[in-house]
Amino acid sequence: MRKLLKHRILWPIGALLALVLLNAVSRPSFLSITVRDGELYGSLIDILRNSAPLMLVALGMTLVIATRGIDLSVGAQMAISGAVALTIISDSKTPGSLGTVAVAILAGVAITFIFGLWNGFLVSVVGIQPIIATLVLMLAGRGIALLITGGFITTITSAPYAQMSQGYLIGFPFAFFVSLGAILVISLVVRRTALGVLTESVGINPEASRLAGVRSRGIVWSVYGVSGLLAGVAGILYSSNIMAADANNAGINIELDAILAVVLGGTSLAGGKFTLAGTVVGVFIIQTLTSTITFLGVPPAVTPVFKALVVIVVCLAQSRRVREWLSRIRPTRTPTTTTTTPVVERIPA
Amino acid sequence: MTALTETERPAPTISRWRHFLVGKVAWMPVLAAVVILVIMLVAGQAYFGRFVTPRILSSLFVDNAYLIVLAAGMTFVILTGGIDLSVGAVMAFTGMLAAKLMSTGVPAPVVIPLMLIAGAAFGLIIGVMVHYFDVQPFIASLAGMFLARGLCFVVSLEAIQVKNPLVLGLQSVKINMGDWYVTPTVIIALLLVVGATWVLGYTRFGRTVYAVGGNEQSARLMGLHVARTKVLVYVVSGVCAGIAGLLFTAYTAAGYSLNGIGTELDTIAAVVIGGTLLTGGSGYLIGSLVGVLVYGVIKVSITFLGADASWTRITIGILLLAFVVVQRVIVARANRR
Repeated sequence: MRKLLKHRILWPIGALLALVLLNAVSRPSFLSITVRDGELYGSLIDILRNSAPLMLVALGMTLVIATRGIDLSVGAQMAISGAVALTIISDSKTPGSLGTVAVAILAGVAITFIFGLWNGFLVSVVGIQPIIATLVLMLAGRGIALLITGGFITTITSAPYAQMSQGYLIGFPFAFFVSLGAILVISLVVRRTALGVLTESVGINPEASRLAGVRSRGIVWSVYGVSGLLAGVAGILYSSNIMAADANNAGINIELDAILAVVLGGTSLAGGKFTLAGTVVGVFIIQTLTSTITFLGVPPAVTPVFKALVVIVVCLAQSRRVREWLSRIRPTRTPTTTTTTPVVERIPA
Repeated sequence: MTALTETERPAPTISRWRHFLVGKVAWMPVLAAVVILVIMLVAGQAYFGRFVTPRILSSLFVDNAYLIVLAAGMTFVILTGGIDLSVGAVMAFTGMLAAKLMSTGVPAPVVIPLMLIAGAAFGLIIGVMVHYFDVQPFIASLAGMFLARGLCFVVSLEAIQVKNPLVLGLQSVKINMGDWYVTPTVIIALLLVVGATWVLGYTRFGRTVYAVGGNEQSARLMGLHVARTKVLVYVVSGVCAGIAGLLFTAYTAAGYSLNGIGTELDTIAAVVIGGTLLTGGSGYLIGSLVGVLVYGVIKVSITFLGADASWTRITIGILLLAFVVVQRVIVARANRR
């Protein structure tokens, strides 16, 4: 069992280290961190800062995927929270005051939390497939964000708001602390209480866990709420980075990156067992990969090709058939892993 | 039921109506889509005045020919219970490839088959991943989407103009019939719909598609070629994306890497609105055609209203939701029986 755990997280970490090593060899400046006015600068620090929105979204996505779901609407929700927050700030008379910014952030996050609950309602109560339930909001969400901003890209100047993603706190980027906070809170809540285990049981077999007395409906409902909430915070970070609410481009394709990060981390898309640490590593892999590709002089637009190859390789590595092939090559040992047979189940209403 | 009709003698038509509906539950969502379409057209006519004119109805087909083709391919995939997110990107890629090849002087009769082969290749990759490696259709086609979109930019970062008269002729030749007009793109799309309807309804492959979507395990136990069918539906969808690429290139007269972003969502929405169940096994191709027309009418109405274009997506989202909930109720009822 211990070996298995080691085995699981080892691969993503190995991949991350390999990527970092590749970068360090091809450009020595990659690892260097300079201190200016007590603030740290460097490629690694940039990765820590820029990965924050993806980190938040991917953490929420991990929980959703653990319940056998998927949340496609996170990108649209980011656009909504950014639009709400920036509209409030730009409409207020004191855009620079801390109170206004706090209200704006709370409002933005609260709205996406409600949208998250709406997704959860559709999935857990109405019983719509997660892909479609969240697809609705993915389609409509950007439209809603455009309506909030009136079709324009709202720009603001507000020092406290800029602090969110551009500022520093004890030497590190502020955004890094936001993602660190989210990691800590979620892992504490999930791993120090029974919630994590209950979530996994719902993901492994919803019907059985319901019969065992797990309130699966409430759990499924709340993970979408959490996902919405985190997407809201990510939207705030994103808009604070560019100080503009761009309804069309905020968080575009982030749902795909988040799913990729979760899968890279070793959480199976079939639901059930999940690993938050793996997701964190997965996020760093993606961010480093993006940074590497940019550095190599490949046009950023071609990035999807690399991501596609990563997805294909990872998915194939996860599949039963390839594992069987691999185990045949290795000296035969009894397969200790419980083969997760993809049983298609109809969940009755 | 029969006893009921005898007591309720004054209303034999209702019982006949009910009798008609028994065993045709699958047609209900299609009918609902047709009703919605008619209501929207009537409402548009009442509100705008000159809405239901041959000109606008013709343009409905002309502007959405590529979407009709995509929806036809998507219907195959969704009928097996899968999903194909790659169609928009594959459409853009085949268009891009064609534009590039034609700009270097390769003749169109060579390029067009190449587009279809490229589309089929993407479908094949996705299908093999889905069936043989148990990758979820959603993820496999996502990888296909990434790959195709990225390869677009490998072909060229800029838009490439298409000057080939044969390809442009698909869109520019207008065949007038009174006030109505069609372009070759529409004829291709409609022929494809007719052909696909025939395949789904009357060939062994088509019936297997329904069987796999209804219950894959049973289909396998019945000795049907599940593996071949599951891979083939993605190939069909890929080829359709290739054809759509041709039509879209003719429509825009250029290949551009950012073409068709979000088209996969429009396509899925159209198929679902057209009454195909996302769980697979139930739906009709003609429904998808109606779904595309509903989408087209929404787009035209929003242009007529002068409202913000973002309302198109919101309306589609709301309609999609409504239809999915209706589907959910239908499935729940069927299960209870």
